[in-house]
Amino acid sequence: MDTARLMIPELGQLALALAFVLALVQGILPLAGAARGNAAWMSVGRSAAHGQLLCLVFAFGVLTYAFATKDFSVAYVANNSNAGLPLAYRIAAVWGGHEGSLLLWMVIFSLWAVAVTVFSRRLPEDMVARVLGVMGLVAAGFLAFLLFTSNPFDRLLPAPADGRDLNPLLQDIGMILHPPFLYMGYVGFVVAFAFALAALISGRLDAAWARWSRPWTTVAWVFLTLGNALGSWWAYYELGWGGWWFWDPVENSSFMPWLLGTALIHSLAVTEKRGTFRSWTVLLAISTFAFSLLGTFLVRSGVLTSVHAFASDPRRGIFMLAFLTVVVGGSLAVYAWRSPRIRVRGGGFALLSRESLLLTNNVLLAAATGTVMLGTVYPLALDALGLGKVSVGTPYFDAVFLPVIAPALFLIGVGPIARWKKAELPDLAVRLRWAFAVSLAIGLALPFAFGQWSPLVAFGVALAAWIAATTLVSLRDRLRSPPVPRAFYGMVFAHVGMAVLIIGITLVRGYETQKEVRMEVGDTVEVGGYVFRFDGVTQVPGPNYAATQATLEVTRAGKSVTTLYPSKRSYFSQQKPMTEAAIDAGITRDLYATLGDALSPSTWLVRVQHKPFLNWIWAGVVLLAFGGLLAASDRRYRLAAPSRREEQPLLQPLQPRGEHG
Amino acid sequence: MAKALVLTLLLLLAGAGWGREAAPAADDPQLEERTMAIASQLRCPVCQNQTIAESDADLAKDLRGQIRQQLRQGKSETEVVGYMTARYGDFILWRPPFKTTTLVLWLGPALLVLLGLIGLFYRLAREREGGEINLSDAEHARAGLLLESRTEKEQR
Repeated sequence: MDTARLMIPELGQLALALAFVLALVQGILPLAGAARGNAAWMSVGRSAAHGQLLCLVFAFGVLTYAFATKDFSVAYVANNSNAGLPLAYRIAAVWGGHEGSLLLWMVIFSLWAVAVTVFSRRLPEDMVARVLGVMGLVAAGFLAFLLFTSNPFDRLLPAPADGRDLNPLLQDIGMILHPPFLYMGYVGFVVAFAFALAALISGRLDAAWARWSRPWTTVAWVFLTLGNALGSWWAYYELGWGGWWFWDPVENSSFMPWLLGTALIHSLAVTEKRGTFRSWTVLLAISTFAFSLLGTFLVRSGVLTSVHAFASDPRRGIFMLAFLTVVVGGSLAVYAWRSPRIRVRGGGFALLSRESLLLTNNVLLAAATGTVMLGTVYPLALDALGLGKVSVGTPYFDAVFLPVIAPALFLIGVGPIARWKKAELPDLAVRLRWAFAVSLAIGLALPFAFGQWSPLVAFGVALAAWIAATTLVSLRDRLRSPPVPRAFYGMVFAHVGMAVLIIGITLVRGYETQKEVRMEVGDTVEVGGYVFRFDGVTQVPGPNYAATQATLEVTRAGKSVTTLYPSKRSYFSQQKPMTEAAIDAGITRDLYATLGDALSPSTWLVRVQHKPFLNWIWAGVVLLAFGGLLAASDRRYRLAAPSRREEQPLLQPLQPRGEHG
Repeated sequence: MAKALVLTLLLLLAGAGWGREAAPAADDPQLEERTMAIASQLRCPVCQNQTIAESDADLAKDLRGQIRQQLRQGKSETEVVGYMTARYGDFILWRPPFKTTTLVLWLGPALLVLLGLIGLFYRLAREREGGEINLSDAEHARAGLLLESRTEKEQR
């Protein structure tokens, strides 16, 4: 091995250290410059952010190179890949473990900071400087965490001849895409956080601030939405149980910022449109990012024992907890110091108005977030206090989460219909009565079509129909006074997406069926009207595993539907065989088959499942994300900052009515 | 019954070559269903976040066997769960029991909603009182000016 190659990982480490220094510079100079009105210091923020991205991309490249060239003298490479792993997975393995995930996390963080420098050219210089300053301080914290507790470039000397392996569960396209999307969302909320702190520090917590924050928050939310869905989708087809949501603490960790981020999007809308509830919006922006950090702590410290938690090193937990405390404590201190200057100057509004409905929704979403947090953290807290060990799982969340979130879902239907400032109950009732009647009828009738009526299914279907029908009503009303902004269509897509998602969840849970049978060649089994015939197993070689694959011929009413090939894989580097489910996805149902153990050379355990409307879950998520993108790309966010007008929140109530967010 | 008829019909339609119906994995499917219903409420003590129903671990298989056996002996579901709790503690229950140490866990969500709504209502009531903004003379003048300029713009 030549010396040049020997040095490369050290260059990566050097780049990380340089990024850390740049983050400190970015965190200190622009903030100080904004405080003293020093333009030169303020302008340092942009260059520091750009330099930081350069360093981090370089470090990321170095680590990728180490994986590509199988440099097992790097401990992280040796722990997460081996010589037999195909190149594509060796590259994906860069973020397959703790250290590399954090490096990816930081690259993405840095991307967001650079995006702020690019898209905020029209913002006042001191605002940009403060935003970048806050982001620099947070980045410095994460980079310190990376460098001092989770260095991806640590050496393993002497180098082993071969590495261990990337967890076979992660050798999959879903798992390759899931982390980058999730991190884009998680980390993206730092922008809203930084904008909130910058606005607090400068004392300009006005409608302009809300307008600047909105597209950033929405884009981060879109990524988090997709990231969560990708994880869910992966669990669905890879874990082999056919479940797609387990209330696993790691899932909850990214679900909490999503819930709160949803609240933040709506609260920013009120603040921008009506200039009210700024304190609440600021607190939400701070808490949403705080929940991102809490999630990071839960997942990255190893305090959880779950299918996801691969990390275990107490130093990491303590560092993250201290970091979380400093960030949350610090931002709350800024809030306490500055918030007396926030005066409620927006127009007043009645007890029943779009404002009050959106805020009720906010309270419910915040309570839902608190509920998930309670269920996630409670067992840890109880254990830490020595008060016993409990487990909190699906039965708990089923009992507790639905009652909290259902009223919020119901309000999706009322909020967009109600007028700003003051809504009249009789007027609302008139405009909503048809939607109400229609959704009630659909909810009551549809379960009969599935042959089995249940109150929970009727409730879910009615709720979905209600959201869809009321969204159409608001669309019809809005179309009467053109032009309709793109953001309004964004809302329509997102809300309809929610309805589609609820239909999927309700029908899958209500009507999924499964059978587990012993099959010999020629045997058949039926679920949901589909007949599966077992045509035996074959051996199929893979690049780094050997698979046993079954053939299942599926027919319905005698007509051929599809052929499924569920299999079991034995990876050469692992003991336990992995189940690979076979899925035939359709608009109204998924067929899901898994191959179990061999009971005799000719008899196999096979599980087949019929999952009605499962794809509606993914379709709903796609609509949600698409709606978010539409809203974020609304033209008005790209207009020059109308700073003059925005500085006068008094004018907010005077703006043309009917604009929508 | 109706389903079985339909199925038989389907099989007949499909022709005799289509094969025979596979035997259920369990000897007693009904017992198995009850067993799995209980098993899916219990945590596999040695696994990471899995139920006894899902897990492939030896202990989970063992415990499934025990549930099956106790049910076969005629024990009720509560008795089986009670036996498991006596052996492994509350930790084995995915639905934690309601007792003093879990008071906050069970009442917390309702409390959050209630406090949130009360807080919101209080703020809204105050908002309504303060809804009428008292403008200073200067502010009045400025608002008037702005209104004027807007009207002009619209007229143009």
